[in-house]
Amino acid sequence: MASHDSYFLPHKAIWPIVGSIGLTTLLAGFANFLNGAAIGPMMMWLGAAIMITMLVGWFGTVIKESVAGWYSHQVEISFRWGMIWFIISEVFFFAAFFGALYYTRVLAIPWMGDEDSITNEFLWKSFESAWPTNGPGAIGGHFEPMGAWGIPALNTLILLSSGVTVTWAHWGLLANKRSQLIQGLIATVALGFLFVVLQAFEYHEAYTEMGLTLGSGIYGSTFFMLTGFHGLHVTIGAIMLTVVLLRSARGHFSPEHHFAFEAAAWYWHFVDVVWLGLFIFVYWL
Amino acid sequence: MERTKLLLGAAALGLVGNAHAEYALNLTRGVTQLSRDIYDLHMYILWVCVAIGVIVYGLLTYSVLHHRKSKGVVPATFHENTKLEVVWTVIPFLILLAMAVPATKVMIEAYDTSASDMTVKVTGYQWKWRYTYLDDGIDFFSTLDAKSNEARQLGSKINPETVEHYLLNVDHPLVVPVNKKIRFVFTAADVIHSWWVPALGWKKDTIPGFVTEAWARIDEPGVYRGQCAELCGRDHGFMPIVVEAKSEADYQAWLATQKAQTTAKADEAVTAASKSFTLPELMAKGEAVYNANCAACHQANGEGIPGNFPAIKGSPVALGPIDEHLSIVAKGKGAMMPGFSKTLDKVDIAAVVTYQRNGFGNDKGDLLQPSQVPSEN
Amino acid sequence: MSAVTHEDLHDHHDHGPAKGFLRWVFTTNHKDIGTLYLTTALIMFFVGGAMSLVIRAELFQPGLQFVDPGFFNQMTTLHALIMVFGAVMPAFAGLANWMIPIMIGAPDMALPRLNNWSFWLLPFAFALLASTLFMDGGAPAAGWTLYPPLVLQGGNNLPFAIFSIHLLGISSIMAAINIIVTIFNMRAPGMTMMKLPMFVWTWLITAFLLILVMPVFAGAVTMLLTDKFFGTSFFNAAGGGDPVLYQHLFWFFGHPEVYILILPSFGVVSQIIPTFARKPLFGYSSMVYATASIGLLSFVVWAHHQYTVGMPLAGELYFTYATMLIAVPTGVKVFNWVATMWKGAMTFETPMLFAIAFVVLFTFGGFTGLMMSISPADLQYHDTYFIVAHFHYVLVPGAVFALIAATYFWLPKWTGHMYDERLGKLHFWLTAISVNVLFFPQHFSGLAGMPRRIPDYAVQFAEFNAMSSIGAFIFGFSQLIFVYVIIKAIRGGQPATDEVWEGAAEHGLEWQLPSPPPYHSWEVAPLVK
Ligand code: HEA
Ligand code: HEA
Ligand code: HEC
Ligand code: CUA
Ligand SMILES: [Cu+2]
Repeated sequence: MASHDSYFLPHKAIWPIVGSIGLTTLLAGFANFLNGAAIGPMMMWLGAAIMITMLVGWFGTVIKESVAGWYSHQVEISFRWGMIWFIISEVFFFAAFFGALYYTRVLAIPWMGDEDSITNEFLWKSFESAWPTNGPGAIGGHFEPMGAWGIPALNTLILLSSGVTVTWAHWGLLANKRSQLIQGLIATVALGFLFVVLQAFEYHEAYTEMGLTLGSGIYGSTFFMLTGFHGLHVTIGAIMLTVVLLRSARGHFSPEHHFAFEAAAWYWHFVDVVWLGLFIFVYWL
Repeated sequence: MERTKLLLGAAALGLVGNAHAEYALNLTRGVTQLSRDIYDLHMYILWVCVAIGVIVYGLLTYSVLHHRKSKGVVPATFHENTKLEVVWTVIPFLILLAMAVPATKVMIEAYDTSASDMTVKVTGYQWKWRYTYLDDGIDFFSTLDAKSNEARQLGSKINPETVEHYLLNVDHPLVVPVNKKIRFVFTAADVIHSWWVPALGWKKDTIPGFVTEAWARIDEPGVYRGQCAELCGRDHGFMPIVVEAKSEADYQAWLATQKAQTTAKADEAVTAASKSFTLPELMAKGEAVYNANCAACHQANGEGIPGNFPAIKGSPVALGPIDEHLSIVAKGKGAMMPGFSKTLDKVDIAAVVTYQRNGFGNDKGDLLQPSQVPSEN
Repeated sequence: MSAVTHEDLHDHHDHGPAKGFLRWVFTTNHKDIGTLYLTTALIMFFVGGAMSLVIRAELFQPGLQFVDPGFFNQMTTLHALIMVFGAVMPAFAGLANWMIPIMIGAPDMALPRLNNWSFWLLPFAFALLASTLFMDGGAPAAGWTLYPPLVLQGGNNLPFAIFSIHLLGISSIMAAINIIVTIFNMRAPGMTMMKLPMFVWTWLITAFLLILVMPVFAGAVTMLLTDKFFGTSFFNAAGGGDPVLYQHLFWFFGHPEVYILILPSFGVVSQIIPTFARKPLFGYSSMVYATASIGLLSFVVWAHHQYTVGMPLAGELYFTYATMLIAVPTGVKVFNWVATMWKGAMTFETPMLFAIAFVVLFTFGGFTGLMMSISPADLQYHDTYFIVAHFHYVLVPGAVFALIAATYFWLPKWTGHMYDERLGKLHFWLTAISVNVLFFPQHFSGLAGMPRRIPDYAVQFAEFNAMSSIGAFIFGFSQLIFVYVIIKAIRGGQPATDEVWEGAAEHGLEWQLPSPPPYHSWEVAPLVK
């Protein structure tokens, strides 16, 4: 149990309500856009702008307070637990999509495509179960599946190395070696963005040359949703690390107090592990 | 107080087990071995629960009555008793085992569709059923009967009590023989439905793109009624199921007339398709087809439901080029508008298109002859 | 030594709340936020309840009298979503906010700003959901389970409903994180895990459930969104997907969700019964283990909602056995409550009355749950009013009674005033009787063959539906007494002592603080022996 020396309690929070308004505007705008209402895009931009303001404002406040030394050890422990459970909830968000992949590959497609199955007998006689597939209706037309050993393998290497560099940076921080910290972070961020660029390239290839789109049946759906949400998380993680890098350059962290660094690093490892799952189950097997 | 209510309820359940009240209190016992096995299982678990309930509520009531401060009781201080706690963990577990064994048996029975004598394919549509006798080539739709349909409209002013089998009657019941193991295979054309006849003892979901199966061996001739049991949209409450179980001889007779009718209908359709109809003829026929097939979505007055189902009244399609209109009706459009080329014959399609173009005050003035409906569509 | 620092401590010394409406918008105080949650929940209970009255009015007689079938389905869907996500969950979040810091000896929640955001997402989420009522095509009408393909047929409502669920999910996850962190990190010295009040324990397990299942629900509805608007085929057989996949994802969330609604209720009842029996809770540690077991089991039983979808036999049997097992730890709880009352010196103030009714009627709903867990029998019960009766017994005289009991129990602590005991008792008797008139007959109509989610029914179900509707109106309007009692206690009344209930000081830290407690609950951490 943490010691009860003192616990920081903010008195008033203006950013949460701004965040609620921003997120709602963003989502309502998106919904309107999907429904084809003209006002949609404008609302989305507005919502996004409010959200960015909120994030800058909220994190700015927290950074200010942290630098001012208002956060006791106990407060930092709260932040840590908070981050850990947040990451666990993210893991389960991905679990839903991995679950969909598992279910369709192992159950639904054999039901439709195996000869001894009644669904095959009555509805999809000419369909044979296979993976990858875009289903008995060949939704989205012909496509080529994404191989594992080109860009994806390279990306695996990139993310794994970035896991190493961020740990190396952490060692630097713990040993109070500022330049090691900063070099490590620069390498990590660079690798992160490189990953995103390569993935964008891969998507471009898929859409323009392989006929593989989000609409390519269940294969396209699971492929793009899993890798897409992962890519989004890499981007978020890389932005987090960039902020940490800037703060490191300003000397915000000490070997004892560096929650922000740890949070970003944990997040980065989480993104890494998810990628390994993707590489194995989406690209490879 | 609550306890008395429970006991009364349980007693009522037991007493009316076999009574023929207008309203039933208990599960239908049914007309198949499987349904009776399920019924027996139900009664068994019900009584076990009642017994446990009597003990738990009995102790609770005793405590509430006697262990009151107003009676000057000094509270005891005990707060655990390992032996007791083990006992009331283990005993319920054993009770559950005693329930799981018969449950397993019945479930295995319910899943055994092997060695069937005939197969009926059931397809769920919004909001009707289609029955295909796979061995005999008979194929028809079954919808809510006209009387119920009229009475069930919002503000119809018709007292449902005056309608026989209100909401539980159809135009074409499913007819099956008794004492034959009938295998049902289920699928759906649009959304998920669930085919449920309590007297058969089970329900099965019908899932678009997948096939599920179940079976029944009915041992008493009779008419058994049920309903769609999975929310399937606006008229989910209005797609009943009627199963008519006939003796083998009656069933064969029915089968013969059905087969004859199927051929006759096909012949008739061929001749009719080449005939030329007048506008009033097509309008009259079209109205009937429309009300049976389209009104569920586009509404009897042609005004549709804004946001879900477009109006036909004043629709640019109904007032536009006839080919496009015909193509939508025949081939469908989007996820919701079904194509009717396989369910309606040429005359029906011609009639309903004509009706849509001239009914609801559309007064387009043109008409479509059956011969203009392309065949292979 | 002060246990708290404030940002404004550095310039002035204002410890009380800010003034005016903005106090509520910007507040980071756990009690303020608790009050916000509780008030929202009460309002939502009436909104969702009013929708259920539309349902019951239409079902009063056979024939369609008042609403279009499409609108009826919208009411069913919104009623359930609002009751579950708008009334019961926020109400428990409110109790958690108010009570957990006080019960563990903390000054506030661990992450106060996040706490504010958790709450303030809710009104916006419900605004999005409610806005669908005014759209072309109306609100979602596919039931609260939102099964595809039906739900994809909705009009413009679909993206709004989905985003509303995303917001609700974010809100719940953040609230759950906050609760876990508070319990892990903010306990007073000496408050070990095995000394935590049961309410805190049950919420801890509930928070784990929330963190693990809300994201899965969010993922599932995201797939609905992309299936509808971006051409994916998750739930479309032609593309290799399966509509039943959605059901698995939904119930992987949905089943733990029902325990999310009931576990904190167990906690509340475990606080109330010992207090009024003047006896320690029987079997504290087995209560903790039972709660944890229920939480664990809840992850592996989900497909008992899908016995009729045509799962392979092995699946049916596995889910049957696993589901039945939940009766064991739940039974342990019930037996422990009875043993706590046994040889106590009970008094029957309103909270105790509601708690006893909870034990009786929740158990009753548990029994029907057990019956439904037997898969062959569920082939008959499924999607009938028997199910509706089951879940309302565990939800209304279950979760809602626990909430009402908790309100009466802690209201004097919150407001500093005793509530009107006479009105409380009146409220209890009207509620307890009418809830049975409302839901008991539904067992019969269900067994006799009435499907759920229908706006009109065959005439043989008329009697039971009429009874049920009458019960619904009495039940609904009785709740106005509840509101009146609360308002009256807020406005004034006999001052409450710190202990409030005779001997309560032995049953928890909350009874050692003044009524109402100071703004920062435990500025100095108490020492727990
Ligand atoms: C608070 C909410 C809550 C709770 C606590 C429960 C508790 C249980 N529920 Fe329920 N349930 C719902 C809310 C809840 N349920 C809802 C909302 C639905 C419908 C969703 C929808 O379709 O819209 C539903 C539906 C539902 C179904 C699906 C039915 C169908 O659609 O066909 C099933 C099937 O197994 C089920 C089972 C159970 C079981 C076994 C328990 C058990 O936890 C109960 C355990 C308790 C006891 C058994 C009583 C006490 C025990 C003893 C005294 C010990 C001794 C007893 C024995 C040995 C028998 N529930
Ligand atoms: C916690 C959850 C919860 C709660 C508390 C309730 C409470 C109630 N429920 Fe609900 N219900 C569900 C969860 C809940 N329900 C769920 C999950 C479903 C399944 C939905 C689906 O199938 O998808 C359902 C479905 C459902 C149905 C089946 C609908 C159908 O299948 O078509 C019915 C029908 O009787 C019903 C009735 C009621 C009633 C009468 C109450 C009463 O207890 C409510 C009492 C409260 C009030 C009546 C409020 C008081 C209001 C006034 C006094 C009016 C005055 C107004 C103002 C002052 C503004 N509910
Ligand atoms: C299950 C619901 C349903 C049924 C039954 C149905 N329709 Fe439709 N119909 C729709 C929907 C939904 C659309 C809109 C499709 C779109 O635009 O994507 C539509 C569109 C149409 C249109 C085009 C209207 C316009 O203005 O765009 C015509 C014409 C039409 N239907 C005719 C019919 C006929 C004739 C029948 C019966 C023989 C029928 N429909 C039965 C749902 C239905
Ligand atoms: Cu078909 Cu409900
Ligand atoms: Cu469940």
